[in-house]
Amino acid sequence: MAKIIYVDHEGTERAIEATNGESVMEAAIKNSIPGIDADCGGACACATCHVYVDDAFMDKVGKPEDMEQSMLDFAENVQGNSRLSCQISVSDDLDGMKVTTPESQH
Amino acid sequence: MDLSSSKRIVIVGGGQAAAQACASLRLFGFEGDITLIGEEAALPYQRPPLSKAYMKGELAEERLYFKPESWYQDQNIDTMLSMRATRIDRSAQTVDLEHGGSVSYDALIIATGSRPRALPVEGADLDGVFDLRDLADVERIRPRMIAGQKLVIVGAGYIGLEAAAVARQMGLEVTVLEMESRVLARVTSPVMSAFFEAEHSRQGVNVRTEARLSSLAGSEGKVATAVLADGTELAADMVLVGIGILPNVELAEASGIACSNGILTDRDARTNDPRVFAAGDCAARLLVHYGRKGRLESVHNAIEQGKLAAAAIMGKPRPAEDCPWFWSDQYDLKLQIAGLSQNYDETVVRGDIDARKFAVFYLQNGKLIAVDAINSPPEFLASKKLIMAGASLAPEILSDTSQSMKEIAAAAV
Ligand SMILES: Cc1cc2nc3c(=O)[nH]c(=O)nc-3n(C[C@H](O)[C@H](O)[C@H](O)COP(=O)(O)OP(=O)(O)OC[C@H]3O[C@@H](n4cnc5c(N)ncnc54)[C@H](O)[C@@H]3O)c2cc1C
Ligand code: FES
Repeated sequence: MAKIIYVDHEGTERAIEATNGESVMEAAIKNSIPGIDADCGGACACATCHVYVDDAFMDKVGKPEDMEQSMLDFAENVQGNSRLSCQISVSDDLDGMKVTTPESQH
Repeated sequence: MDLSSSKRIVIVGGGQAAAQACASLRLFGFEGDITLIGEEAALPYQRPPLSKAYMKGELAEERLYFKPESWYQDQNIDTMLSMRATRIDRSAQTVDLEHGGSVSYDALIIATGSRPRALPVEGADLDGVFDLRDLADVERIRPRMIAGQKLVIVGAGYIGLEAAAVARQMGLEVTVLEMESRVLARVTSPVMSAFFEAEHSRQGVNVRTEARLSSLAGSEGKVATAVLADGTELAADMVLVGIGILPNVELAEASGIACSNGILTDRDARTNDPRVFAAGDCAARLLVHYGRKGRLESVHNAIEQGKLAAAAIMGKPRPAEDCPWFWSDQYDLKLQIAGLSQNYDETVVRGDIDARKFAVFYLQNGKLIAVDAINSPPEFLASKKLIMAGASLAPEILSDTSQSMKEIAAAAV
């Protein structure tokens, strides 16, 4: 289990308890967190699950794989800490992580 | 018609579009009752993994569901599962249920999806012959996905080819039968067909084009042989049928709602009855970027129309209509498709086909109308924007890999 805190683009925080092994996207969808669309359901095909990862957790979430990286290269408003949340797997290490959602996923 | 003060909204069907409509109705502030009537035993779930990771056993069943059961309770959505809607009475505003009783509605969303086209040959009802549409199908198929078993797949569309890839990776002996002269003939260009055919052959799939199945034969009720029109006999322990789908329009049609290869809707997913909406595989909509009506069979389309219906009911501004898109995973190949390639008059290849990283652009009178991108997300994502902008691009610019897609897109719009 890990507590994940989703921050929307206006700064509102929503904390949930996510289960190890599910993705940060899946945890958000199950809990109706706004700001993540996840149209492809985690297939790394749509880039509508874009989030900004808290700098303190950048090492812990690891590096994006090639496919994700090239999706990110083309998503809107990408920053150094951008990730596709369907590609981040929840583990104890991520306890307390904040991720911020962009204003729009399209 | 303003339906935002509806007491009850009924959704017939329990798939992708239905799940989206539920979520969007609540998001847009609907506080009345929502009743979802679904024929399957399961809560709404994603179908794409059924011919991909889930079929292969790499994804737990619970990860297929859009929302857990508790979500429907929390959102006060009454899910009537294993329940078929049998009739819509539009003057009484009721939906009849299979085992008697009916539910009344102020607004109705029809999201009945589609069903596999039945195999029109003798022996199609033998044990070991399966469709690949729902969870129950995969539950029947999976125990038979055993290395060394002989699998015959009828139809080389995306679902058939995805299943072929999974079965090969699990060590089955796989034959794909396609009536046309090339795989994916209905949905893509000859360049892409040739690429996928070569990939599957390289992976050990026996791809037979111009092969017409004439019957299935078996012993003791179980399939054993696929017989082709030219007399060829192929041993088969299992047969998967993937020869296309038919929209489930009968319920709507019988109630007098206008249909023509799909339930006809306007841009807000509304049918010719102002209280009745249709979304997903069953609906024919205006394809705004193409100026014609059509029926799409994709996740994007089901999500978008679910949202459009919910927004229209709640009197919200119409959500943005995205360029149609689709994907398919086979082996380590990710195909991403943007746009609709029908009626193209020119194709342009960008990248290296042998390196398995390339894109085929489709142009019509110089205008970009679609792309098939293999392991090439930038080509896919850039094309979505270019298509929506109605951009025209010269072939030599699209194929110039010394310029990134970002640069090309920036110069074009
Ligand atoms: C194996 C497979 C792989 C796919 N892969 C992809 C992919 O990679 N990418 C992509 O974009 N799309 C893919 N698709 C297509 C996509 O899944 C569909 O377009 C999408 O599910 C359509 O959603 P829907 O809600 O319209 O219909 P469905 O998901 O089919 O849901 C309709 C539901 O309504 C129920 N129903 C029908 N009639 C009644 C009735 N009278 N009463 C009650 N219930 C009824 C049905 O039982 C069904 O559960 C795939 C489809 C399949 C089958
Ligand atoms: S959910 Fe589609 S890319 Fe993450």
